[in-house]
Amino acid sequence: MLKLKDIHTFYGNIHALKGINLEISEGEVISLIGANGAGKSTTLMTTSGIVPAKQGSVEFKGQDITHMPADDIVKLGICQVPEGRRIFPYLTVAENLDMGAFLRNDKDGIKDDFDYVYNLFPILADRKNQIGGTLSGGEQQMLAISRALMSRPKVLLLDEPSLGLAPIIVKQIFGIIKKINEEQKTTIFIVEQNANLALKAAHRGYVMENGLITMTDTGKNLLANEDVKKAYLGI
Amino acid sequence: MRLFKIILGVAVVGILGFLGIKEIIADPVYFLELFLGGLTRGSIYALIALGYTMVYGIIQLINFAHGEIYMIGAMTALIVASVLGLWGWNSAVIVILAFVFAIVYSCAYGFTVEKIAYMPLRTAPRLSALISAIGMSLFLQNYVMLAQTSEYMPFESLIPDFKFWEPFSHIITSVEMTIIVTTVIVMILLGILIKFTKIGKAMRAAAQDKIMASLVGINVNRVISTTFVVGSATAAIGGVLIACHVGQINFYIGFLAGLKAFIAAVLGGIGSIPGAVLGSLVLGISESMFTGYFWSEYEDVFAFSILVIILIFRPSGILGRDETSKV
Repeated sequence: MLKLKDIHTFYGNIHALKGINLEISEGEVISLIGANGAGKSTTLMTTSGIVPAKQGSVEFKGQDITHMPADDIVKLGICQVPEGRRIFPYLTVAENLDMGAFLRNDKDGIKDDFDYVYNLFPILADRKNQIGGTLSGGEQQMLAISRALMSRPKVLLLDEPSLGLAPIIVKQIFGIIKKINEEQKTTIFIVEQNANLALKAAHRGYVMENGLITMTDTGKNLLANEDVKKAYLGI
Repeated sequence: MRLFKIILGVAVVGILGFLGIKEIIADPVYFLELFLGGLTRGSIYALIALGYTMVYGIIQLINFAHGEIYMIGAMTALIVASVLGLWGWNSAVIVILAFVFAIVYSCAYGFTVEKIAYMPLRTAPRLSALISAIGMSLFLQNYVMLAQTSEYMPFESLIPDFKFWEPFSHIITSVEMTIIVTTVIVMILLGILIKFTKIGKAMRAAAQDKIMASLVGINVNRVISTTFVVGSATAAIGGVLIACHVGQINFYIGFLAGLKAFIAAVLGGIGSIPGAVLGSLVLGISESMFTGYFWSEYEDVFAFSILVIILIFRPSGILGRDETSKV
């Protein structure tokens, strides 16, 4: 469904991605793990069209989207929950969710989706009229995921959903990610430093180092792999 | 230092307040005249300041060419009104067409200025865009001077003296009243646009986080263009209204009006829309009081002193948010 072929991305002179190959099939949960600065977030930003690739191609359902503007990529159904959540700080929770549905015009459908995300995260319903910037980290993450769901994505890109959150909230969020995949059949691509959780949740995983993919296998096999254990699981 | 500031503030307000109350009691009608004159002036500032503050809010740029857009609005209205006047058209039709043409022309200029002078510099350092803005301002002034004339041209008021307003016209003329009413209507419409429409929501989102805005599917370039167009439209309305009020225009009127509106936007808190309106009214009324009670020759000195004082004591303005409190 989503295919990255030999992607090279630069930030000025810095060669951040040095030939990434990656493939995601419909309905899968894929995890990309790696250390700080390996290029995980850049991979997502390149997919979303924020930092387009200098070389190589991104394909979505056979269509080349390498140089498509970011807002058109969202129209195709690829939606990202970026690193640091990027909640609109001065909009209320409900307005943030409304922004997620920016491209849609079906009022009834949007209303149903409001109910759906309020069901997933009841705390957001309580905080409906609160300003986004005043939410706690965990609530912001829930809001960020919900905002992305409001666009009814076909592919959901999640950048470090566990970052800076209490273990119990992380568990809750990963539970919900799984639920979204199963109930909505949404394809999910997770970028994570928390390798254990990410690989457990994923069908398949990729390991990234210094701008290159070094390993790929099923989530289970990667969890059992000696190198992965040593480098990312601390066992 | 903080205590000193507070004592100084209380002392200044106290003395001015005491003198002010004495003056008001001595001649309340004169005070009312000054107040309404200031309100008129503030309304015009507000119409221009909105453009500054909206553009700043979204791309953190002081659009110095904005005053010129206002001047172009007034110029277009003058040309349209003169031509149609010569043809002997009905005056009500002339007013409407003059406004329509002024708005359309100014919007086209605002849109083009952004595409030519600012869009290519979107990722450049902010100073480059600022210099580009100053260049655009000088270019437009000189362009209009060459295309029209450097002389002052009389602008016959498009707004008639309303019959029903006669009993009050010694305190506030019907032109002034029209300015205030029009401004209020424009503000309400703009408030609705920003609060409730899709493009308004997109503007607010893009002002807060452009990358995230494009990640929810907003075309940020289009939002920026819209912001310039909306700002230009309100400036054009301001330009036509003030030309009716003052009765003469030339290519240079945008410069000082633009600077004053900029001061008003900074006073209110640049980037904040309610701030721009409040700052404009405060500046307009206090300027009017200053010229009325002190020295009228030092009107501009007073406005610029206000700018210096705000920048020293409260750079974020009356309603501005402190940069540090951003999440």
